[in-house]
Amino acid sequence: MSPLDHKLLRDLWRVKGQAGAIGAVIAVGVLMLVMMTGLVASLSETRNAYYDRCRLADIFAPVARAPERLANRLAEIPGVSSAQTRVVGRALIDVPDQTLPVQAQAVSLPDRGRPALNDVFLTDGRLPASGRSDEILLLQSFATAHDLRPGDSLRATMNGARRSFDIVGLAQSPEFLYTTAPGELVPDDARFGVIWMGRSGLAAAYDMAGAFNEVLIGLARDASENAVLDEVDRVLAPYGGSGAYPLADQLSNRFVSEEISGLEAATVGVPPIFLAVAAFLLYIVIGRMVQSERQEIGLMKAFGYTNAEVGGHYFKLILAIATGGALAGCLGGIAAGRALISVYTDYYKFPFLVFQLDPASFATGVAVSILSASAGGLLVLRRVFALTPATAMSPPTPPNFTRTGRIGLSLNRFLDQPSRMVLRRLTRQPVRMAGSVIGIASGMALSVAMITIYAGFDRTIDLTFSVVDRSDVSVSFTHPISDKTLFELVRLSGVQRAEPVRNVGVVLRHGLKSHRGVLIGLPAAPELNRALDADLVPIPLPAHGVVLSDVLADMLGVSPGDTLEVDVREGRQPLLELPVAGTARTLLGSPAYMDMEALNRALREPRRISGAYLNIDAAQSDRIYAALQNMPTVAGVSVKSQARDAFVALMNQGAGAIRYVMGAIAFVITFGIVYNAARIALAERSRDLASLRVIGFSRAEAAFVLLGELAVVTVIALPVGALLGYYLSFGIAAGFSTDLYQIPAIFDPVSYGQATLVVVCAALISGWLVKRDLDRADLVEALKARE
Amino acid sequence: MQLPAYATKGLTKVYGEGRSAVHALRGVDLEIPAGEIVVLLGPSGSGKSTLLNIIGGLDRGTAGEVLFRDQRLHEMSDAELTRYRRDHVGFVFQFYNLMPSLTARENVELVTEIAADPMDPDEALSLVGLKERTDHFPAQLSGGEQQRVAIARAIAKQPDVLFCDEPTGALDSATGRSVLKVLADVNARLGSTVLMVTHASSQAQMADRVIHFADGNIGEIVENRNKLTPEQIAW
Ligand SMILES: Nc1ncnc2c1ncn2[C@@H]1O[C@H](COP(=O)(O)OP(=O)(O)O)[C@@H](O)[C@H]1O
Ligand SMILES: [Mg+2]
Repeated sequence: MSPLDHKLLRDLWRVKGQAGAIGAVIAVGVLMLVMMTGLVASLSETRNAYYDRCRLADIFAPVARAPERLANRLAEIPGVSSAQTRVVGRALIDVPDQTLPVQAQAVSLPDRGRPALNDVFLTDGRLPASGRSDEILLLQSFATAHDLRPGDSLRATMNGARRSFDIVGLAQSPEFLYTTAPGELVPDDARFGVIWMGRSGLAAAYDMAGAFNEVLIGLARDASENAVLDEVDRVLAPYGGSGAYPLADQLSNRFVSEEISGLEAATVGVPPIFLAVAAFLLYIVIGRMVQSERQEIGLMKAFGYTNAEVGGHYFKLILAIATGGALAGCLGGIAAGRALISVYTDYYKFPFLVFQLDPASFATGVAVSILSASAGGLLVLRRVFALTPATAMSPPTPPNFTRTGRIGLSLNRFLDQPSRMVLRRLTRQPVRMAGSVIGIASGMALSVAMITIYAGFDRTIDLTFSVVDRSDVSVSFTHPISDKTLFELVRLSGVQRAEPVRNVGVVLRHGLKSHRGVLIGLPAAPELNRALDADLVPIPLPAHGVVLSDVLADMLGVSPGDTLEVDVREGRQPLLELPVAGTARTLLGSPAYMDMEALNRALREPRRISGAYLNIDAAQSDRIYAALQNMPTVAGVSVKSQARDAFVALMNQGAGAIRYVMGAIAFVITFGIVYNAARIALAERSRDLASLRVIGFSRAEAAFVLLGELAVVTVIALPVGALLGYYLSFGIAAGFSTDLYQIPAIFDPVSYGQATLVVVCAALISGWLVKRDLDRADLVEALKARE
Repeated sequence: MQLPAYATKGLTKVYGEGRSAVHALRGVDLEIPAGEIVVLLGPSGSGKSTLLNIIGGLDRGTAGEVLFRDQRLHEMSDAELTRYRRDHVGFVFQFYNLMPSLTARENVELVTEIAADPMDPDEALSLVGLKERTDHFPAQLSGGEQQRVAIARAIAKQPDVLFCDEPTGALDSATGRSVLKVLADVNARLGSTVLMVTHASSQAQMADRVIHFADGNIGEIVENRNKLTPEQIAW
C-alpha cells in the first residue's frame, strides 16, 4: 500500500466522528431512496402479479338488467378477449354486537368452475358447492374484523329479504383491496363486506334469473380500450347500461394506484433533498480539511507530486466517505424495505408478495451520492490546485482580528476575555460561520418541514371531519326518493337537525380529461356538509353551475368560468353542460358541488334526495340507529366518528405512514449536521483551546470558547432554517398528497417550536459529546498537532 | 568544464503590488557549481528563502532567468516544474514538515514512491541514524529526530540537488551538528549539490562556497579553502 493510502486511512480514522456523521447523512438519504424504490417496485409488481393471477378485468360495465344471451355478443366485440357476466347486489349484514347493520356487496360466482375474470383468491375453506344457495364466501378482511370463520353462519338482508347463510370459505380479491361502502370515501374493513355465492342462488335473490347486471371484459393485447368501451356501452344501452368504465377508474384499483404513486412521488422528491444536504456537508468538511492541510499539500507538491496525484488523494477521501455511506444506505435500505414491505402487503391485503429490489435504485443511490459529493469535492480541489508549493508551505497568516477591535470597543467593557474570543471569531471569519449556519439551518429546515407535515395530517382530519362536514351521521337511501322522507328523519326523537343531499354518479369531462365521481347536490345555506372556500367561508352555491374542489379543478384543468361536460350516469342519463362557478377547499376526496334544486331541475327529477346528514343526541344514538334500520328506504348509515377513525388509520398505515420513517431520518440528519458542526469547531480550535488551558484557563472556560461559538451559530441558524423549512414543507406536503387526500403545508407555530426543540437538543447533545472529547484531550498532543 | 548546477540572471521577486509591494529579490545574478556545498548566509528577511524556493521550483520569480543545467526554469509550465522537482530536487525545511499521519518510514516512502532511482527507505533512515525508529509517528519523535527523518526523506531519492532552508534552526547544537554531518555525507557520497540557508555564520565553515545575502541581493561570494567537517565547527 502506498504511503498516501496509509495517510488516507489514518486521516479517515482521525476525522471518524465527522466522517461518520456525514456518512450517516448520506446513508439515510440512500437508505430512503433504496427502501422507497424497492417498496414501490415490490408493491406494483405484487399488485400486477395479483391482478394477473386472478385475471382482473380491464373493463367493468354495470347494467340494469340484461339477458344472458347478450354475453356472446359482448364477447364478439373486436378487441375483447373474454367477457364474464355476473350478478351483483347491495346487501346488509347483521353483526351481532352492533345495532347498525353493515353494508355489503354480494357478487356471483359461476355455478360451475371458476370465473373467467375477477377470480377470488381463496385463503380459507372452500368454494360454495354448486347449487347450494345457502353457502357463501366472505371477504377475508371483513371476516377477520368481525372474527368470523368458515363454519360460522351469517345473517344478511338481500333485496329486502333477511336470510341465513353458511360461511364455507374466506377469500381475497384484487377488486376489493380497498372497500368502501357507497357514499363513503374512506375504506374500513369492518364496515363494508363482500359476499360471494353461486350465480343461480344470487340471481334468484335479486330477480336476475337468466340475466346479469354487470359484465366484466378482458381486452386482447392490442385492443383499443376506448373503442371497446364505446361498443360495450352501445350494446348495453337498451338494457339500462350506466356506462362501462376501465380498470383505471375502478375504485379499489384507483386507491391502490394512488397510494403507490404517492409513495413514488415521495421517493422522487424527498431523498434528493437529504442527499443534497449530505453533499453540502461533505463540501464543508473536506474544504476545511484541505485548508488545514495546506502545508502537507505544499509538501507533496514540493516533492514532485502532480496536481492530479494530490487532488486524487483528497478525492479518494471524499469517495471513501460517500461510497461507505452509500453502501451502508443500500444495505439499510434493503433491510428497511423488507421490513416495511410486509407491513404494506398486509395493509394492501395482497395475499402474497413479490419482493422486488430495484437494482437501478442502488446504482442511482450510489451514483447520486458520489456525484453530489464529488461536486462539492471539485470545488475544494480547485483550491488544492491553486496552491503553489511555496505559499502552501508557509503557515496561513493568522486571520486579521484588528478590525473587530474597533467594533467591539464599546462592547469590550461588558465582555470577559473568552466571550470576546467567541465574538471576534464569529465576526472575523464570516464565510466559515456562514457555512456552519447554513448547515445547521438545513437541519432545522428538515425538522420544520417534517413536523409541519405531521401537523398537516392533523389539519386534514380536522378540516374534513369537523369543519367541512359537521354532521354526526349520514344516511344513504337505496335510490333517490322524495324529500318528504326528511321529515320522517327529523321526527325521530334525538335527531336535532337533518339536511338532505342529492348525490348523482357522473363523469365530468373537460377537453381530454375526465373524472368519474359524484356530483353532490346541497341545499341552500347548509349547516352540516358545506362547500368552503380557501378561507373556510361557506360558498353560496349558484342557481346555475357547479363548484369544484380545487383538486378536482386541477385534475380537469378547469377554472371558474369554464364549461364542464357532465355525463350523468343515473336515471335518464342526460348529458349536461354546466359552467364552473367556483372552487372549494377540500382535503379529502375530490368532490363537486351543485345546488340541489338546480341539480334536480337539470335531471328533471324534482324534489329527490339520495341521502341526509344528521346531527343527533349521542345518548339516543342506539335508538336512532335501530329506527333507521327499520326504514326500508335506508341503504346505509355511516357514523362520522367511525369514518374519522378509519381515515386516521388509513393515513397512519398507508403511504402516509412513511412520514414517521422520514421523520426519524430527518432527525438523524439534523443530529448529524449539528454534531458535525461541533466537531469541525473542535478540530479547528483544539490547539487554541489547549493554549488557553496551558496559560491557566479552566476546562469550563475553554469549553465556553468552543461551545459559545456553537451556541451563537445555532441561534442564528434557527430563524434561517425556519424560513427554509417553510418553503421545503410545500414540496414535502405535495409529495404526501394523493388523489384521495391532500396534506396542506401550514404555518403552525407549535411545529416550529418543536423543530427548534429538536435542533437545540441536537446542539446540546453534540456540545456535550464534543466537550467530553475536549476534556479528555491531551494538552501536549493538542499543542503538537497542526491546526 | 562542467555546466554549473544553477545560474540566475536578473532574478527579481516582488510580493504584492503598489505601495505595499515587497521587493524580496532585486535582480540576483548567481552561479552555483555542481557538486558543491553552498551556504546562503544573511539576516532574516533578506530574501534567502525566496531565492531557494524559486530555484527549487516551488515558486516563480517576477522577472529574470533561472537555469538548471541547460533547462530554463522560468519558462517551464507548472507540470514541467513538478517534473523537475520530482526528478532532481530534495528539500529539507526549517520546521521539518513531516506528514503527521505517516510513520517515519512512510514519510520517506512518500518520496521514494515517485522517484526514478531511490534508495531503500530503511537505508536512508539508517544513514541518519534512525534505524530503530522507523515505525514511529512524528508526534513520537523529538525535533532533531524529526529533522533527520526530513533529511532521510530528502536524500532517499538520491537527488541531484538538496535544498535545506535553515535545517538546524530549531535544533540544539549537538543535534544540529549531527544533521549537518548527514548533509556533508550525502554531498560526499552521492555528489549531490547542497544549497543550505542559514543565519548562523559558523555553519559557513563546512561550505565550499558562502554567499552573503542582504536586502534582496548578493553582497559577496566567498570560496572557502579550508573546509571543516561539522564536528570541527565551533557552534
Ligand atoms: N508570501 C509572501 N507575501 C508577501 N511577502 C513575503 C512573502 N514571503 C516573503 N515575503 C517577504 O519577502 C521578504 C523576504 O522573505 P524571505 O525570503 O522569507 O526572507 P529570509 O528567508 O531571508 O528570512 C521578507 O520581507 C518577507 O516579509
Ligand atoms: Mg527564510
